[in-house]
Amino acid sequence: MTRRVDFAGQVFEARPSGALWWPELRWLIVADLHLGKSARMAARGGALLPPHETEDTITKLAAELDALPVARLVSLGDAFEDAAAPDALRASDRARLAAMAQGRNWCWITGNHDEKALPAFGSVTSEIHEKGLTLRHIAETGPDISGHYHPKARLAGRARPAFLVGADHLILPAFGTYTGGLDCESAPLDTLVGPGIALLCGSKILSRPIGHQTARRRA
Amino acid sequence: MSLPDRFRDWFAARGWQPHPHQLALLAAKGDTLLIAPTGGGKTLAGFLPSLVDLANGGEGLHTLYLSPLKALTADIARNLAAPVSEMGLKVRIEDRTGDTSSAKRARQRVDPPNILLTTPESLALMTSYPEAPKIFKSLKRVVVDEIHALAESKRGDQTMLGIARLRSLAPGLTVTGLSATVSDPEALAAFMGGAEILRADPGPAPDIAMLPTSEPPPWAGGNAHYAVPDVMAAVAQARMTLIFVNTRAQAELFFQQLWEANPDNLPIGLHHGSLSREARQRVEQAMAEGALRAVVCTGSLDLGIDWGDVDLVLQVGAPKLVTRLVQRIGRSNHRYDAPSRARLVPANRFEVIESIVALEAVQARDLDGQPHGPGPLDVLCQHILLTACAGPFEADALFEEFRSSGPYQTLTRAQFDACLDFCATGGYALKAYDRWQRLMVRKGLWYLRDPRSAKLIRMNIGTITDPEQLNVRMARARGGAPLGTVEESFAASLEPGDMFLIGGRVVAFERLREMVVEVQNTPRKQPRIAVYSGVKMASSLQVSHRVQALIGEPEDWHRLPADIRDWLDMQRRLSVLPRAGVLACESFPRGGQWHLTIWGFAGRNAHQTLGLLISRRMEAMGLGPLGFVTTDYALMIWSVDPVDDPALLLRADTLQDGFDDWLAHNSLIKRTFRSVATIAGLMQRNLPGQRRSGKQATFSSDIIHDTLRRHDPDHLLLRITRDEARRGLVDYDRIEDMLRSNPLIDHARAPHVTPLSAPLLLEIGRVSVDGEGRERMMEREAERLMREAGLA
Repeated sequence: MTRRVDFAGQVFEARPSGALWWPELRWLIVADLHLGKSARMAARGGALLPPHETEDTITKLAAELDALPVARLVSLGDAFEDAAAPDALRASDRARLAAMAQGRNWCWITGNHDEKALPAFGSVTSEIHEKGLTLRHIAETGPDISGHYHPKARLAGRARPAFLVGADHLILPAFGTYTGGLDCESAPLDTLVGPGIALLCGSKILSRPIGHQTARRRA
Repeated sequence: MSLPDRFRDWFAARGWQPHPHQLALLAAKGDTLLIAPTGGGKTLAGFLPSLVDLANGGEGLHTLYLSPLKALTADIARNLAAPVSEMGLKVRIEDRTGDTSSAKRARQRVDPPNILLTTPESLALMTSYPEAPKIFKSLKRVVVDEIHALAESKRGDQTMLGIARLRSLAPGLTVTGLSATVSDPEALAAFMGGAEILRADPGPAPDIAMLPTSEPPPWAGGNAHYAVPDVMAAVAQARMTLIFVNTRAQAELFFQQLWEANPDNLPIGLHHGSLSREARQRVEQAMAEGALRAVVCTGSLDLGIDWGDVDLVLQVGAPKLVTRLVQRIGRSNHRYDAPSRARLVPANRFEVIESIVALEAVQARDLDGQPHGPGPLDVLCQHILLTACAGPFEADALFEEFRSSGPYQTLTRAQFDACLDFCATGGYALKAYDRWQRLMVRKGLWYLRDPRSAKLIRMNIGTITDPEQLNVRMARARGGAPLGTVEESFAASLEPGDMFLIGGRVVAFERLREMVVEVQNTPRKQPRIAVYSGVKMASSLQVSHRVQALIGEPEDWHRLPADIRDWLDMQRRLSVLPRAGVLACESFPRGGQWHLTIWGFAGRNAHQTLGLLISRRMEAMGLGPLGFVTTDYALMIWSVDPVDDPALLLRADTLQDGFDDWLAHNSLIKRTFRSVATIAGLMQRNLPGQRRSGKQATFSSDIIHDTLRRHDPDHLLLRITRDEARRGLVDYDRIEDMLRSNPLIDHARAPHVTPLSAPLLLEIGRVSVDGEGRERMMEREAERLMREAGLA
């Protein structure tokens, strides 16, 4: 079940997967895929994580592209874990990605991880300006749509990836499989977004306030 | 060896006689396990052979002393200093723990002392250094103190692997284990890889009873507030009292309550593992100087610390294990020949029953014990990686080394190879890391591909995987005084202004800055309590059965105080009374949720299994189970909707359907996986204060678990996790037995919480159930928050 999001005069749809749909333009926006994460950790002598997160993330993205009439896909940065990741993709993963890009406009906004990455297809840019708002990796002067922080929010003791919607910033959760998260109430997310709302991903999208003055019950 | 004159004179000058077991250990050849009660000079017995051997000077490291507690090493260093200086021995003794300065640790690597006092984790670290062969080549003896405590956990397996390494580096090494009274000394000797057992005289029977109190205990709760005046009176009459409390949070609370009712301002200290090192050291020092009249403490003082002149031990809360009770009693009265004095202070009425039963078990010298299973493979994986940090190794030789240690005597080559493959390649069906193997083999030798990884591996040392801890500091001045640590989940629940107890004082939360909890002093006295999940101690099945027999037989209630009889009577009127042949169940509403308690008296593991089975049934029936908690006596499960007929849940023919799949998604198995993955080196451990804010936290182990299960269900770590989770569960047969031997199901619906169920509400170690019920609770909370913010 999706959720309508009104932001900066535009209408969007928050999807349970963590992707943002812009129906008017038929854009699908995702943040922080972090493809190649396990390989990078291994290369640096770290732990050898299950080498399946890239495949999982691509599968998840393919499902969204199948479900929607996507004209343009926008990645809000950190699609790749590092500059080496596009070349290090397994052949099967690379082929699936290329097939998904067929017949669509595909745009990679650069992030702090993939600034120097050279994807095999699509255009690379640092920002997109459209309808009076900016799409970029890290929130700056609003109104903008960004990623980077991997926001999470808590309800009844459970933390889940979440969209954060404030007056100036719309921040997307990380779409990739091996991505941690930063609680929406910790710095700097609390001041960037509050007062606003968090939309928690899950089978049903749930919303909760961030940074509103309320009479809090004390335990 | 016999005792040289210099030592004989020293004993005589103090008016002491060496104990027979001290002399016997001196004469022993080969590995020995000494079983002696606390206060029996066990530690001196362990060191005597080293001191005698070193009396005329020695070169390099001679003896390595391992203890489960950092505090013990400092204590031993202090205690040994006296005989060494008084006899004029030229022996250098130093300790080395996580608290030792890095400069001193670096010096010890180049120039080790004759006797080094350390912990299993520090030993693991030292054996991972390339200098290890040089440091340990002169080693003659290893003394493992409180070995019974180490053998209870994976730290024991790690210790034994470390000793196997030492035996390879220093052939001819002798190992001495020191243990308090245990039920099965032979098993402990086998754990050491075979050792001769030396039993000391157990001493006189302890003087142990209930502390008489002026007020009856409450129904529930763990803080024994009602007994504070009686405890103060007992402290005032004794020279030095140790007050044992089962959890850190309870210790904080009880300490505060004592101080509020301390008319004579008697000096009372607090000691537990979440306090800062400085705070612990101050208390340890004050105890050693005899400046304190009482110390409120947890397991951090549980093991053989011989400070001060303790003449009374108080146990607040139920003594979960009879063995532990006996060991704690041993803390009182140094003099070996006088009986130790201990008093029990149950915190609630259920604990009165437990305490009475435990007393009967102590009097009958009916000790409990848990068998130590074969060494776990996650510890082995960590040890392989640490071995590689020290330098290249041969697989065959390492396999033989492992097999020489007690816990791994039945290790198969296939198991070893699977562990080695996990360390080298990750062990995945999909061979993804050919370029980036962690370990590579060249000319028959295994070595680290990237030397940088040694640092990461060493940071991950250890087998204790506590919940993540955050440091707590006073705000204001930069680098304010450290107060201790709290669990991250607790810190996450704090709002500015929230008050909690730490180090015996109430502080107000100010903010979380760079993963440090900053607090202010506050004059207020109504805190929220810091939550420490701590170690959940299980009672023995013996105690459990004794408790069931007592509750279910009103004719035996004359053994109980009158207020407890009334309390059980109220249970009988309000709900059901568990009794033999009947599975007593009770339901009641509380806090917007329904609770169901099933009194199985089948032990914690059986109840844990039952909890998983029943929560699955309840999920299937749409009742929205949210979680459950188990004790040795009962299972309590809470849900959005009530259970009308427990008999439907407990039908043997459908209980087991779909169990394996349910188990795989349960938080119990995910918690186990997190610990296994951390120990085996798949997840990097987060140390307190290491993470900084503004950066995403590390990804969750749950995601790794789910990914692995989807793509590689037979992976080594999943197999280890399943084996380990099963150790905390029982076979389905045992559940069927329980159902068969209690064929009648007696279900009562009470209007509110019942006398017997009340203590369960405060039990730690809750297992949450992630299903529809959880979703419904999240929805409710979301609606409430949106409404409060005026957004809905």
